[in-house]
Amino acid sequence: MTQPLLQVRNLTKHFHTPSGTVHAVEDVSFDIQRGSITGVVGESGSGKTTLGRALLRLIEPSAGSVHFDGTDITALPSARMRDMRQRMQIIFQDPMSSLNPRLKVGDLIAEGLRAYGIGTRSQRRDRVAALLEEVGLSADHMDRYPHAFSGGQRQRIGIARALALEPEFIVADESVSALDVSIQAQVLNLLLDLRERRNLTMLFIAHDLSVVNYLCDQVAVMYLGRLMEFGPSEAIHRDPAHPYTRALNSAIPQPDPRAARNRQPLRGDIPSPLSPPSGCVFRTRCDHAIPACAETVPPACPVGPEHDSYCIRTEDLNAHHIAGHHS
Amino acid sequence: MQTDDIILSVEGLRVSFGRGRIAVDALRDVSFTLARGRTLALVGESGSGKSVTSLALMGLLPPSGQVRAGRLAFRGRDGKVTDLARLDGAGFRKLRGPGISMIFQEPMSSLNPLFTIGDQIGEMLLLHEHLSGAERRRRVIEMLELVEIPGAAKRIDAYPHELSGGMRQRVMIAMGLVCHPALLIADEPTTALDVTIQAQILDLMRRLQKDLGMSILFITHDMGVVAEMADDVAVMYAGAVVEQAGVMELFDDTRHPYTQGLLSSIPREGRGRADRLVPIPGSVPSPFALPPGCAFSPRCPHARDACRLPVALDEKAPGHLSACIFDMPGAA
Repeated sequence: MTQPLLQVRNLTKHFHTPSGTVHAVEDVSFDIQRGSITGVVGESGSGKTTLGRALLRLIEPSAGSVHFDGTDITALPSARMRDMRQRMQIIFQDPMSSLNPRLKVGDLIAEGLRAYGIGTRSQRRDRVAALLEEVGLSADHMDRYPHAFSGGQRQRIGIARALALEPEFIVADESVSALDVSIQAQVLNLLLDLRERRNLTMLFIAHDLSVVNYLCDQVAVMYLGRLMEFGPSEAIHRDPAHPYTRALNSAIPQPDPRAARNRQPLRGDIPSPLSPPSGCVFRTRCDHAIPACAETVPPACPVGPEHDSYCIRTEDLNAHHIAGHHS
Repeated sequence: MQTDDIILSVEGLRVSFGRGRIAVDALRDVSFTLARGRTLALVGESGSGKSVTSLALMGLLPPSGQVRAGRLAFRGRDGKVTDLARLDGAGFRKLRGPGISMIFQEPMSSLNPLFTIGDQIGEMLLLHEHLSGAERRRRVIEMLELVEIPGAAKRIDAYPHELSGGMRQRVMIAMGLVCHPALLIADEPTTALDVTIQAQILDLMRRLQKDLGMSILFITHDMGVVAEMADDVAVMYAGAVVEQAGVMELFDDTRHPYTQGLLSSIPREGRGRADRLVPIPGSVPSPFALPPGCAFSPRCPHARDACRLPVALDEKAPGHLSACIFDMPGAA
């Protein structure tokens, strides 16, 4: 296999607040191959948004490293990081609050090009026209203001803006969550088209596991700042190994009135990230927890090709997987 | 269906906002029926008018909103039928609580942060039932236990900010149910919650409906939640109901092209990327610039010239209504 575009190692982010230290991201490691889409799923407080921002150094990681195309970006001085940022972009959840309402769409999209001094004014205009067409809008939209567009169109503007500098890597943070389903499907298909056309690498952050399963090659499941499971999208969906992934899967209401309602509902609420449980952070809500779960943080336990579950009981709970993997 | 089994019948509801030349119809023609003891899901995307419909039923439209036409026949537990479209403020105050009650999407903004949850649930009893303070407190604790709040006798004195989002939604449900309403309107009650908490609340609502024998109007945009909760479904688009049917019927034999488009837009189980989603092209029209005739026609793959003429809900199969001039059985 070729060198991954992104190698995340032991990435950690703590926020120090008056009420204590928030363990937002704790010791997360994974690789992203060039041209793939990696999903990050988790509920509120899982640390998925912090992870996406720490990867781009939009917030500084507390510990760990991120190698982008072989360079450790966590060690780069800010001038070199600025150059690197041309290659890594982000699309936000709410296009209305991330687009300056006083700038015309054309200026919003060209902002990055201007900041990096790329092209002449008329060359930038041509580039913006081409970008608007590429995301399914039209070139004459560039002279309008963001408020003149619907939610789905604004999300397309956010995508065009992120593409302007021809990045290799894009973080999309809940980029379709605020959209109605009929519009959400349009934007998901656009992201798939762009990946094929431009060989883009993406980190797609979402709370909706069925959207992630549709879009992504591999999925990272997070809970209280830690990875619970990481593996191919298909395996995470059809045959999840970690008790949390299973619970998350079975909690999603299926659009099929005949679907069996055989849930394993999770008890209780997510504990506070100010004082996460010792050992496995999920153990307080896990049906399979044993005393040993309180003692050590579970290491990665392989359950298949490129598929790890962070659970010390992985072997007992997935006997069939392990047998298949070792044979 | 016997008419005395119908707890709520909405016919031709029209609601407009503003006055004179700037008036706009938020609801153009909303009709549906809800049978006693059942759950009717009112589904639609943003701007379809589902929340305005619920506010009209509760008499909670803002002053700029007005019911222009329609009949909202509600049959209470005593069998008496009231037309909510003609009810005044005093009438609604008597009805809200024991007749109809409502739970909202955002429990944090619908609970008063300055009062304990016990005070807020008890307030409903204060308004509608004559009980001593001790009796009231006992009833509130009973309600908290009913909605499975652990340590109810202690939590009764907690303030909203001391509870998690899921627990606050349970408090909202307790408040909605404390006067034993005949009809509960639930407006996106789980939309702001994480999926694992949503699953807990949906399970709770299903159990409570069975135990208390109430009817539920469940407003949602999520077809997964519809499939799980509803007995019957009414689909709204641009201020009108475009399809109503039993839940199995609606999913198995989808008639209206909008409902078909909605279902083919959802990523679902066993469906990978190889099998691309088919989105609905374009976006919802502004209520100020509705197309003539069928409001969905500009986005509809089957639209023809005839779709520019007005179209009404029409029974295509027993109990299955669709507002499309063509009959499109099972094309989803």
